[in-house]
Amino acid sequence: MSYIAKPKVSHPNMARNKLGLTVRDYEGSVSTLCAGCGHDSITAAIIQAVYELGLEPHTLAKMSGIGCSSKTPAYFVSQSHGFNSVHGRMASVTTGANAANRQLNYIGVSGDGDSLSIGMGQFAHAIRRNVDMCYIIENNGVYGLTKGQYSASADIGSVAKKAAPNQLAPIDPVSTAISLGATYIARSFSGDKEQLVPLIQGALTHKGFALVDVISPCVTFNDNEGSTKSYAHTRKHFNRVMDADYIEPSEEIVVAYQEGEAMPVHLHDGSKIIFRKLNKDYDATSRAAAFSFLRDSINRGEIITGMLFLDEDGHDMHSDRNTVDAPLAQLAYEDLKPSESILAELMNRYR
Amino acid sequence: MKPTDTSKPDYFHKVVDCQWACPAHTDVPGYIRLITQGQFSDAYMLNRESNIFPGILGRVCDRPCEPACRRGRVEDEPVAICRLKRVAADHRDDITDRLPSRPETTNGKKVALIGAGCASLAVANDLLPLGYEITIFEALGTTGGLMRTNIPQFRLPPEVLDEEIGYVLDMGVDLKLNHPIDSMKDLADDGGFDAIFVGTGAPRGKELNLPGRYDSENVYIGIDWLESVAFEHTKSVGKNVLIIGVGNTAMDCCRTSLRLGAENVKVMARKPRGYFKASDWELDDAEEENVEIVVNHSPKEFVVDNGKLVAMTFDQMEYNIDKDGQIDRGKSTGVVTIPCDDVILAIGQDNAFPWIERGIGIEFNEWDCPIVDEKTMMSSREGVFFGGDSAFGPKNIIWAVAHGHEAAISIHKYCNSEDLGDRLPIGMNLSSQKMGIHEWSFSNNYDPAERRIMPHVELKERFKKLDIEVELGFTVEQTIQEVERCLNCDIQTVFTANLCIECDACIDVCPVNCLTMTENGEEKDLRQRLSAPADNLEQDLYVSENLPQTGRVMIKDEDLCVHCSLCAERCPTGAWDMQKSDILLPYANDESNELPHTAVGEK
Repeated sequence: MSYIAKPKVSHPNMARNKLGLTVRDYEGSVSTLCAGCGHDSITAAIIQAVYELGLEPHTLAKMSGIGCSSKTPAYFVSQSHGFNSVHGRMASVTTGANAANRQLNYIGVSGDGDSLSIGMGQFAHAIRRNVDMCYIIENNGVYGLTKGQYSASADIGSVAKKAAPNQLAPIDPVSTAISLGATYIARSFSGDKEQLVPLIQGALTHKGFALVDVISPCVTFNDNEGSTKSYAHTRKHFNRVMDADYIEPSEEIVVAYQEGEAMPVHLHDGSKIIFRKLNKDYDATSRAAAFSFLRDSINRGEIITGMLFLDEDGHDMHSDRNTVDAPLAQLAYEDLKPSESILAELMNRYR
Repeated sequence: MKPTDTSKPDYFHKVVDCQWACPAHTDVPGYIRLITQGQFSDAYMLNRESNIFPGILGRVCDRPCEPACRRGRVEDEPVAICRLKRVAADHRDDITDRLPSRPETTNGKKVALIGAGCASLAVANDLLPLGYEITIFEALGTTGGLMRTNIPQFRLPPEVLDEEIGYVLDMGVDLKLNHPIDSMKDLADDGGFDAIFVGTGAPRGKELNLPGRYDSENVYIGIDWLESVAFEHTKSVGKNVLIIGVGNTAMDCCRTSLRLGAENVKVMARKPRGYFKASDWELDDAEEENVEIVVNHSPKEFVVDNGKLVAMTFDQMEYNIDKDGQIDRGKSTGVVTIPCDDVILAIGQDNAFPWIERGIGIEFNEWDCPIVDEKTMMSSREGVFFGGDSAFGPKNIIWAVAHGHEAAISIHKYCNSEDLGDRLPIGMNLSSQKMGIHEWSFSNNYDPAERRIMPHVELKERFKKLDIEVELGFTVEQTIQEVERCLNCDIQTVFTANLCIECDACIDVCPVNCLTMTENGEEKDLRQRLSAPADNLEQDLYVSENLPQTGRVMIKDEDLCVHCSLCAERCPTGAWDMQKSDILLPYANDESNELPHTAVGEK
């Protein structure tokens, strides 16, 4: 952390979004993470993404559990809602929050420990229920907050600082999410905002569960030689298979895409994601093909990044359950509670 | 772009906008920090090293530093640099034992300085400690030149002048007052001097030869009139006074008139606002005293009745201004008559050298100015040097001091038969200011305080006497707030590419979007694809070597950096560091002993 907060002074000619806000208006309090932490870069990418989307801060709900990653919601969009839950329970708390109020934009920030160990069940069931949320895993392969023990995403043979090589097989959140039926799955790297920002924008706009797994090096415990989650290793081995450009509802597509390489997908709010195929063998619309490509790339030691799977069928927990549009808090008491006669009628059915 | 070569002092020197803009390259952030620490005497001495007259310049400097100040680009108002200089002067202890002194023995070389103004005094200040025998010839009965004759006492008290001029003269100068030089030929050929320096200023006020100019005794040349007020030959002026011209001399004339009994003073400007020569703050000060500035009036005729000036006529002007701000010659839309008792002409000054014979090797250009080498200050006659207004026409005090320093080096080299062009280069020291994990040796946080306003003596009070200094100087509270506005531009952001792991931390934390990591390219293209477009072409881009992981480059746009150090604080590898750049300016003293020089007070 720093002794001083980021000064309020800003560039005199800052751009403004459709709400008239600058990117500085979406900042939070000063980060207390280690200098150089990948998580801070992801925070900056989230700020950039919501600024560009022009989200009203009060329509955002920031959800998190425990860990370095889960501290970061304090560092962006100060004037939004937030809930810092117990370890691994972010997904469950978000499921509840979303059930009660579907009109907020939910952004959950979790880590590999929070999601893939103690919170694995919650993570899996949020996908299964297709909760409409953007779920970001800040994935660094270690428990940074407790001094760098390997997490469930550490690769076999990867070496953290002053540690013996990891021997347990990793859980890959992306292949897990594909097999569990998630409808928006992306992976990126904290050091590549150009790729990351549109992926977060797509995830926030997608209806249904959207996972963005972000390799986010831990500078203090896992950025050394021998680590497979370091800046240098990630840069050397990452393979962008499918980039995504987020296009706002009002925006024209101005970039010229090559025939067969670009594929626009329309999101429910009228915005578009343009897939740009960087690897001609990759098919992000087939769950089976994506899964098999991923497994092969893991065996090759590659880190596949980009928009990895998308199914924009417009379903989510609420559409599946046929629930009301209005937040429960805004429903009248009579609407929430069945009247005595209806209750009696209901009970009669089971007699 | 090629990686920036920061080994040459100019790159980092230019980042310190104020110091770069100052003709004498005063270490502004250095002395402001000393004031912050309460070390007023050290701040004064650091000032004096480059500008000789901190107390004088802290009041009346033309302040080229302030329009250059980075704070003025980040916000509206620059740091009150000039006012803080005065703070250092006002609060210093007795520093006489820290002043340079003359060695017990002379070096046998005799130098004549003509004129006892700021340029000559700067030369004397630099040469006396080297053992030179200095003779100053001054036409008037007192020292200081225009600082005494043309700057009114309510802006620059005589005590301040006497004290700081005394610091130079007390080293031991043969001062010949009331001793005008009538013949340069005689002095140069038979005076017995090894070198001669001319610092006689630009003493001739411009005339306005319009009908009626010489038909009354109520039309004066501004600088001559100010001089006669300074020497108390003129003690009053009429009730209605017109000042022609709107430069800084005009401001002094109008404010002086108010103190000599004028009730209605108008400054007549030919052009509209924005095209005035006077500094903004001098205009403000005059208008605070209810001087009326009348724009778009071009003088036409003096109206004289029975040998008495009664009015002046003016063409009412109309101008076309194009989109670049270029103004045309304008056209008259009618004639107006403005009654007046006295008119003071303040429309500029010229050099005048009636006492320098032509044909003695000193060549003059078409404007009757001597041809002087801009670097060495030597004229076309070897051994004769010029400085201040007499060299290149009217500038200001701080330029004269800068000329004096350069001339002193040249005179020293000339007297030792060395090559005048072979001068010591400007040097630079860089030293890290890191004191702990997140601690720096300086106050790095950005203070959003606005510029403090100089307190003035009450309007009623100040007109009672001619010599009541209007500006009271900053209070302690004002000083404490104003010093924190300085952005410490001399604490440089220094980048080491091979340490960078490209984590983006510096870029994310920079409050003013200075930093970008991107593919290298041509400057014009790069300037448009940074975190924020770098549209201020006067400010450099700092381009790194290729970064180790991706081969991209780190680029810093120097324009708006507030030197908050957060890039260095958030850098996990120390690739960014905050390092203080000491710009080491060579003076005659350094040429003399060739030892490395050190900054006063900071070591």
